[in-house]
This record gives sequence, C-alpha cells and structure tokens, in this order.
Amino acid sequence: MSTATNDGVKAKPLLSLRGINMTFGGVKALKNVSFEVLPGEVHCLAGENGSGKSTLIKVISGVYRPADGAEIVFDGETISHMTPAMAQSRGIQIIWQDLALFAEMSVAENIAFQTLSGSRPRFVNYAAIRGVAEEALGRLGVTLDVDRPLKDFAIAQRQIVAIARALVGEARIVFMDEPTASLTQSETDHLLAIVRTLSASGIAVVFVSHRLAEVLEISSRITVLRDGALVGVYPVEGMTQSRITELMTGRTFDQNVRARDVAQNPVLLSVSKLCRPGEFEDISFDLRRGETLGITGLLGSGRTELALTLFGMRRPAAGTIVLEGRAMRFASNREAIASGVAYLSEDRLSLGLNQPQSIADNLVMASLNRILSGRLISPGKKRALVARWIAELGIRIGKQDDAISTLSGGNQQRVAIAKWLATDPKVLILDAPTVGVDVGARAGIFEIVARLAETGLAILLISDEVPEVYFNADRIIHMEKGRIAGWHDPRATTLKDLEAAVYA
Amino acid sequence: MNALAARFNAIFGADMAGPLAALAAVLIVFGFASPHFLTGATFGSVAFQLPELGVLALAMLMPILTGGLNLAITFTANIAGLTLAWTLQANGGIDAGSGAFLLGTALALAVGAASGLVMGLVIAFTRAHPILVSLSMMIFLRGLGEFMTRGGDISGFPTFIAPIGHGSILGIPVPLLILIACVIASHILLSRSKLGFSTYMIGSNIESARYSGINTRKILVLVYMLSGVMAAVAGIIMLARFNSVRVGHGESYLLITVLACFLGGINPFGGFGRVLPVFVALIVLQLLSSGLNLLGANQHLTTAVWGILLIVVMVLRWLSAKFIRLVK
Repeated sequence: MSTATNDGVKAKPLLSLRGINMTFGGVKALKNVSFEVLPGEVHCLAGENGSGKSTLIKVISGVYRPADGAEIVFDGETISHMTPAMAQSRGIQIIWQDLALFAEMSVAENIAFQTLSGSRPRFVNYAAIRGVAEEALGRLGVTLDVDRPLKDFAIAQRQIVAIARALVGEARIVFMDEPTASLTQSETDHLLAIVRTLSASGIAVVFVSHRLAEVLEISSRITVLRDGALVGVYPVEGMTQSRITELMTGRTFDQNVRARDVAQNPVLLSVSKLCRPGEFEDISFDLRRGETLGITGLLGSGRTELALTLFGMRRPAAGTIVLEGRAMRFASNREAIASGVAYLSEDRLSLGLNQPQSIADNLVMASLNRILSGRLISPGKKRALVARWIAELGIRIGKQDDAISTLSGGNQQRVAIAKWLATDPKVLILDAPTVGVDVGARAGIFEIVARLAETGLAILLISDEVPEVYFNADRIIHMEKGRIAGWHDPRATTLKDLEAAVYA
Repeated sequence: MNALAARFNAIFGADMAGPLAALAAVLIVFGFASPHFLTGATFGSVAFQLPELGVLALAMLMPILTGGLNLAITFTANIAGLTLAWTLQANGGIDAGSGAFLLGTALALAVGAASGLVMGLVIAFTRAHPILVSLSMMIFLRGLGEFMTRGGDISGFPTFIAPIGHGSILGIPVPLLILIACVIASHILLSRSKLGFSTYMIGSNIESARYSGINTRKILVLVYMLSGVMAAVAGIIMLARFNSVRVGHGESYLLITVLACFLGGINPFGGFGRVLPVFVALIVLQLLSSGLNLLGANQHLTTAVWGILLIVVMVLRWLSAKFIRLVK
C-alpha cells in the first residue's frame, strides 16, 4: 500500500504500521489501524481527544505493545517488539504534549541531556552542553538565555525548548503532539518554517495538531482517526478545514457571529488608564452586564497580565478598576473573588485545576463557604453543589470522587468553569478557555459561554485564536505590546480583516 | 469478591485495607508464637506506650500532607515539657498546685505553637524547604534546651500529675484517652474543616490552590502551629510518664513518626492520606514491638524489624497495585 508521490514514482515508506490493535481494560483504543509515513514527508495525524492519536504514537515509540498480528516496519526493518530504546536509537523522536521537561534545570541541560545519557560516567562538560543547546535553538531561530532554569520561562518558550531537545537527537522522524498549542502566530510560523527545513533535509515530521489551518498549511497528507479506527488517508490538496472537522467528528458545524448589541446594558466593570510598567499601559474599557468582551493579541501583548491584575493577583501601578460603581483595590485574589470576579487560568494543567485531586474537590475549591454547615464542610451540601453544576454544564463524569485528570480536556475545562460559577461571579475572565480542548468540545464550551452571557454575567474572553474571539464576542479589543491597538465589532468586520490586523 | 471489596471501601476507605491486614497478621503471628501475647498485659503496655508516639505522629502528619515535614517535633515536645516543668518548679515543685499546672500546660502549648508559628512563617513567606526550616528549628531547640538544662533531667513534680501518665479512667489509660481525643480532633479537622480541605489542596498543588483563592500562607502557618501544639501535647504526656523532662527524650521517635505516616498510606509528597489508617499503623508498630519483647528479642532487633516491615510494605503495595490492574 505504498503511495504515489507527485512525480509518480512509488516511494518506499519510512515507517509503516499495519493491523494495530490495542485494548485497555475492555476498551478498544485502536481498531485495526494502519499508518504510513514517507521519508521527508510532513504528515498530519488528526483526530479528537480519545480518537487514538496518542495511543498510536505510544505504540510507535515502544511505550505500548500492540496486540498480536501487528506489523511495524521502519526503514525496511520489520520490528516485532518495539521498545523505547529501539525507537530512540533509530531516530524516532517524540515531542509529547506535556513536554516532559525539568523545570529546575537550565535550558541548556534540558535540551542537551540526551547527549549525556548512555555514555560512560564522566564529568559533565557544561561548555559542550551550552554549545549543543545554542546550536539547536539556533536552528529554531530562537535565542534564549540557556543558563537560566526552565521554570523562569513561559509555556511558549518551554515548548520551544522541548522542540530543540528533539532536534538534538539524531532524528529521522519527529512526532509533534500538539506542538503549537501554546505558541503565538509568529512563533507558530517560525515552527512551520523549521518543519519545512527538517522535511527538506529528509526528516519526516508527523504533526498532531487540532489547529486545522496549520495542518492545511504544512502537511502533504493527512491521516484521520475517529474512535480508535482509521477514517482514511487524504492528500491535503483540495481539503478544507470544515471537511477535516467533519471527518474527525462525523458531524458538521457552522459558525456564526454571535455578537449582539449590548450598549443598553448597564456598565458593570469600568477600567480606566490601568497600567503596570513593562506589562501593559493605559488600558481603559467598560464591560457591561451580559456582554462578552473579547481580548485578543499575541503572546506578550499583556493579555494575561491584565487579567491577573483585574483578578487581584497583581497590583496596578496606576489607573482605576471600578466594579458596580465602587473603586476596587484588591489586596489578593480572595478579595477579587469575594467581590464577584472569577478568573479561569490559561494553564489548566498546573494553575487552573488541581490535577491529582477529585472532580468534587476541584469544583468546590473556590466556594468552600457555600458548603459549610456551622464551621464544618457538609458532605451532603458538597455533593449537592457538585451534582448541580455537573448537570447544569452537562459534564460527563464517572464518580464525583474520581481524579480530575481522568476527564477529557473539554470536560476538565467545564469543571474549571463550574468551579468559578459556583462562586456566583459577576465578571468571569476566561483566559484561553479552549487550550487543549477538542474541536467538538470547543463548540460546547462556547455554548456555555453564550448561555452565561444571557443570564447577565459579564465575560472577558481572552484568546490568541482570533476566530474564537471573532465568533463569540460582542466587541473585541486588540492588544499589542501592552496597549490597546484597536477596537473591533465582529458585525462590522470580517474574520480575515481582523486576523490581518492582529497578525500584522 | 469485588462486591465485598466495595463494601469494605465504603465503610473503612480503601486506604484502611493495608493497615488492617497488617494488624490482623501481627495479632495472628504473635498469638501463635507466644501464649502471653493475646492478654490484657500486652494491650495494657501498648496502651501506655502508644500515646507519645501516636501524638507525635499526628504532629508530623499535617505538615506532610501539605508536602512538607516537621523535623522539630521531638524537641518541640521537650521544650514544651520543660516549660511546664519550670512553671511547676517556680510554683513550689512537688507542692505546686493545680493552678500552676494549668498555667504551665497553657504555656507549654503556647511554646509549641510559637515554634510552629516561626517555622510556618518562614516556610510560607520565603518558600524555603520545610526540611531545612524544621531542621534548623530542631537544632535551635535542642541547643537551647541543652543549654538551659545543662543536659540534665528536671524532675520533682506534684503527685497529681502522675495519673496523666499512668492513671486510668474506666479501665482506659489516661494517655490513651488523650491520644484518642487528638486522633478524633485531627480526623475531623482534616476531613471536614476548611483548613483540612485547604491542606490537601496545598499538598498536591499549592499554586492551583492559590489561584482558587485559598490563603496558602495562612494555611501553612496554621498547619505548622497545630503541629507544634500537637508536639507540645506529646511533651506533656512524656513529662507525666517519665516524671521527668530531659532534652532528647523521645528523639528516636522522630523518624518512626514519618514511617508510621507512610505505613498509614500518607502520600510522602503530600495531598493524600487520612488520620485513621495512620492510627492503625501506629498500633501495628507498637504491637510488633511488644510481641518481639515478649519473645525475648532485643530492643535493637525490634527497630530492625520495623525497618524490614516498611520495606515489605513498599513491595506489597507495588504488588497489590499490579494485582488490581490485572483484575481490572
């Protein structure tokens, strides 16, 4: 089943899998899947969460062993039992979505540590490590202080470090699991350029991404999985975003601009000349009851810093925040929460939710005072509160006491939203609410957002995905380098124009 | 089988299975090995020896749940004991009245709280590692105590104190009653109070707790203060049991308390674990020690057996996790 290339010559696949079956505790995660990558090809592996993408990558990298009857051929060599070490030595490099980096170690150590392992014990040559790291970053066109510990850097930069680390291994095929999920457009463009360079030098790249625009831009072929089964392999030529979404979900979606006229609603939050030097300057806007105000802009535009200031976790240097006519000076986020401000963090994995803890505990974490009876937490009130929000937001869970990490990204995000709704907020700040959430589940999140706005909640929707803001906000602020660069009305502008303005 | 397991988990909690199995094993093995084991005498001695270790383990438990540790508990207990001893001596020694005892007890608890307050403030505000902070406090308290006592014993207390260490009410030893009260208080605090809830959240991810509006600094300070108070309670029990106070009393308990917490299923990195399994684990350790003692084993051998037990527990836990995955 080898595939014809453009010049009509049958290329021999670099990697070929056939008859892959994988079962976890009775659940079939992969059903007779086949998968093929040509040398130097950029291939996209598409599918919703739970479609089996990650499982397939884990089979290829030797983490999972598929059921009998599977056939894995790499570079003409049939491999009966792939192990992680074998995958590594053959140049199969994986960049996992969770990055798997060491926060306490320096950037250089993170990038170059593979060059340390396996060799004889000896003294660590830091100069060599730095050299390797700087060279890898150079290939990405990025300069970072390689001596600083990784924890000093934001997610976007950590992602780059993870990519640089994969480049250090002698890669023949690189799998990138959602590599651009937290990169800005310019960083993403940069990465796509790198991917093309890799591809040109004969390294195959398998892109696992839910960002369909990128998929169309970068890949030559696309393999779609749904519910653990192969839907098909398609050439990207002639493919559209909506067609891929249909293939992935088996459903069709139309998107319409949701913007409404809310100018008659009373002003709830009034921000005036708010400033934190180095982060944002001279920010003024009114947020009305029932309004969804979108804020978009690239990373470094000061979006998240502004949100954290409104949430009381940072102090403004100048300017005022007026909530329902009263000037606010929050000493902590506890005061902000008590005044009716809620903030859904962009980093669901480490800040938004307490991953090892239960669904119930996560949901009540910000509203303990509502489930007290006397001075103690009432288990009955707690269960009732959790059950109410689970039903209200249509969250699919097993048991309330299951760890939150057992839920899909979309359901986790619903729990995170429920956690804040349980505090009875007046203003809900949603910072990148669909990071790591499937296309299908995203629509569900925005259904909830629209419903909340109808009830009078004022929503600040922050996202670097311009279409998200365009389709779901009533008005849009475009931030750039800490300042408001422009105001946009989705009803009076096109998505193209807005994207052009933001990505300019 | 599965239904039975589900019923057990519903009643006791899944983390009780290990400690209860260990308890049964110890009772059966020593019951057969020694005719004197399953007698009132054994349980009497356990009931009197358990409380010091038990209350100290409770003092260790809460900091561990936050992802920390309090290495200063034994010396906090000593200094608190000294505070009570000095208060009694200043008020007549053997002739001191109950007023002096109440004052001394209050001061002892306050000293324990103060030790925890200092550690909690440093840990919460500087984010220094709890091991280093509490180790510094431990060294400070030991040095201070040895300096003030010149390394000697302080004794000569009024006779009404003895029952706290040796007396019984309705056949139950008083120190055991104190322990049970402390266990119940800790259990309710951890499972039902806002402080307890926050303790678990901080233990598994302090930043996400902070983003959810939990006052992480205040909680950390309170946890270490409670730990200090609990250590002070242990110090008062020790004073009454030995009828004297010496800096260094109970020092060997320090690491045993950490191990008892671990035996009781407390996650060593914080965030998970309950009081009751730790309580059962403590009983197992103490029964093991008494049983070996009955068989004529040397005290040092007992310590060695405790060490082996913990290693065995680790392996068994790994095996049972594997088994559960297989069954599923």
